Amino acid sequence: MAETTTIAAINRTLVDAMRADERVIVLGEDVAEGGPYTATAGLVEEFGVERVINTPISEAAITGVAIGAAQAGLRPVLEIMFVDFLTLALDQLVNAAAKAHFMSGGQLTVPLVVRTQGGAGHRGAAQHSQSLESWLTHVPGLKVVMPSCAADAAGLLASAIADPNPVVFVECKSLYFRREEMPDDPVPVPIGDAAVLRGGRDVTVVAVSRLVHEALAAAERLAAEDGIEVEVIDPRTLVPLDLATIVGSVERTGALVVAHEAVLHGGFGAELAARVQGAAFEFLDAPIARVGAPFTPVPFSAPLEDAYLPGADEIVAAVRGLR
Amino acid sequence: MLNQHKRPGESLDGGQAAGLLATMWRIRLFEERVGQLARSGDIDGLVHLSIGQEGVAAAVCSQLRDDDHVYSGHRAHGHAIAKGASLERVMAELMGRDTGLCRGLGGSMHLVDVEHGFMGATGVVGGTVPIALGSALAARLRGTDAVAVVFFGDGAVQAGHFNETINLATLWRLPLVLVCENNGFAEFTPRSAHTVVERVSDVVAPYGLERSTVDGNDVPAVWDAFGSYLASARSGAGPFLLECLTHRVRGHYEGDPGRYRDSMAEAEWKEKDPILRLERHGMAAGWYGEDELRTIGEAAAAAVEDAVRFGLESPFPPSALLEAAVYADG
Repeated sequence: MAETTTIAAINRTLVDAMRADERVIVLGEDVAEGGPYTATAGLVEEFGVERVINTPISEAAITGVAIGAAQAGLRPVLEIMFVDFLTLALDQLVNAAAKAHFMSGGQLTVPLVVRTQGGAGHRGAAQHSQSLESWLTHVPGLKVVMPSCAADAAGLLASAIADPNPVVFVECKSLYFRREEMPDDPVPVPIGDAAVLRGGRDVTVVAVSRLVHEALAAAERLAAEDGIEVEVIDPRTLVPLDLATIVGSVERTGALVVAHEAVLHGGFGAELAARVQGAAFEFLDAPIARVGAPFTPVPFSAPLEDAYLPGADEIVAAVRGLR
Repeated sequence: MLNQHKRPGESLDGGQAAGLLATMWRIRLFEERVGQLARSGDIDGLVHLSIGQEGVAAAVCSQLRDDDHVYSGHRAHGHAIAKGASLERVMAELMGRDTGLCRGLGGSMHLVDVEHGFMGATGVVGGTVPIALGSALAARLRGTDAVAVVFFGDGAVQAGHFNETINLATLWRLPLVLVCENNGFAEFTPRSAHTVVERVSDVVAPYGLERSTVDGNDVPAVWDAFGSYLASARSGAGPFLLECLTHRVRGHYEGDPGRYRDSMAEAEWKEKDPILRLERHGMAAGWYGEDELRTIGEAAAAAVEDAVRFGLESPFPPSALLEAAVYADG
């Protein structure tokens, strides 16, 4: 085990993938400079400008370029610097990448990874702080991955690069520099497997990305203050979703709270709640509760943003409200 | 940088011209039958015909190899056929049959034939322009001499992704040939109502790429102009833009209201029709006579009828195909 960070784990995984397979290329805005968070630092020195390609600020075209390169046999890893800018790439991602395999009757594949990052809490205001993953989960043909720790980021990114389908890999800027222990050699993490991070008999909490750590903190408090044993599950990938692990937990606990940073309205938690009540309605002792952001853009002003962000307090309140 | 092809058609020989005529007749008769089948209800959905524009598809695609990737837009039947797709499988696709190129999952606007390097059409105007550039990037990185070609209409030129792609293509100097079929209409609207720039080749002028505008119904001229760009792209140069001025005989789609334009007089169209022009050109050059031309036309007509029969006799895809086709295994 060694101490690392999510950003370092992502960087190392890119290096390993590029060393192992010359079809892997990295492209995006400022990637040769390392990007704003150093995810791609050092790559151009080892692999050159042919495989680490700085692009203009043209999200639509560079996404199309990555799709064409993938259809022609490369394994592009495209960086969209902020998930907020993915809006400019959505035509290519939704109309081309997601549908090419289907619409061609299986002739085309698009082995593309789109790395991007989201989340609030950094005074970035409403256009650099969003959580837009639920849009992506609505599109058949895309896979959507949201790692919450360094080991999962490494293991899932390796799986995403090896996957023959377009994978949107949504990182969280708040987790990039969190110091964590990680095995010296990264362990592959298959896309579509949830992780049970804490066992508990009373309530299941399914949390995504940054909220995983908030859920673990909430579970500590609930155990100490209320004697409630919370089971914490990180789905890790939203599409495909490991529903079996979540439903299995709910069948034992009889209660579910779903937590994400995204706006509650139309968020992925609604889909998860619908799926779980459809599969395990008779096991539920209380209505499924959801934790998420209010239905407003992310505010700039510090006290407002702090109040806007869902966290451990909201999860604790939601669990207590089940009783 | 604006190329002037002073002696158009000088490189086309009689055998090649006969081959182009065969391709153009196959496209023309295929699409005339498609129009009939759309009206009779045997073909569903939106059908965009390229009747009148066949010269561009034939002169461009006939010079390409299977490993040269071609992308197109929504008016793509001719491009797929000229690139080598079987008439049977294109027709079956338009009819939504399991034997279609895409097993009936794509339809008229989303034809793909990977075996022949026809990598895809799109219903999003201009959407394949950056994707084709990605194919050119892959060719460069993999060290092959394959060339990427993308067909688009003049309507695509006003889209943001087109302009972003021109910037990238010229910045990276990739082996891409952009072929604009300028038929003067973006859907229902004449070009003059969408932009003050009349020629597409002028839109891209500031980027300094090699470009030219030719009469797209003059098949030998298209053949020459594209051939010289292709040879340069094959040696690693690029990008290039070839604007072909042409004419869309049918509406934007089959059944559109058509009130937005006057139809060309029949006599005038006979002068401009790329097929009739190439027939006259070759007869004057002594390349072929009326018997050979009749044989070419009859062979095309027979192949189209075979394709119609094949499509109508083919089964529809099973519903179980649906979910299984969304993700690739692996």
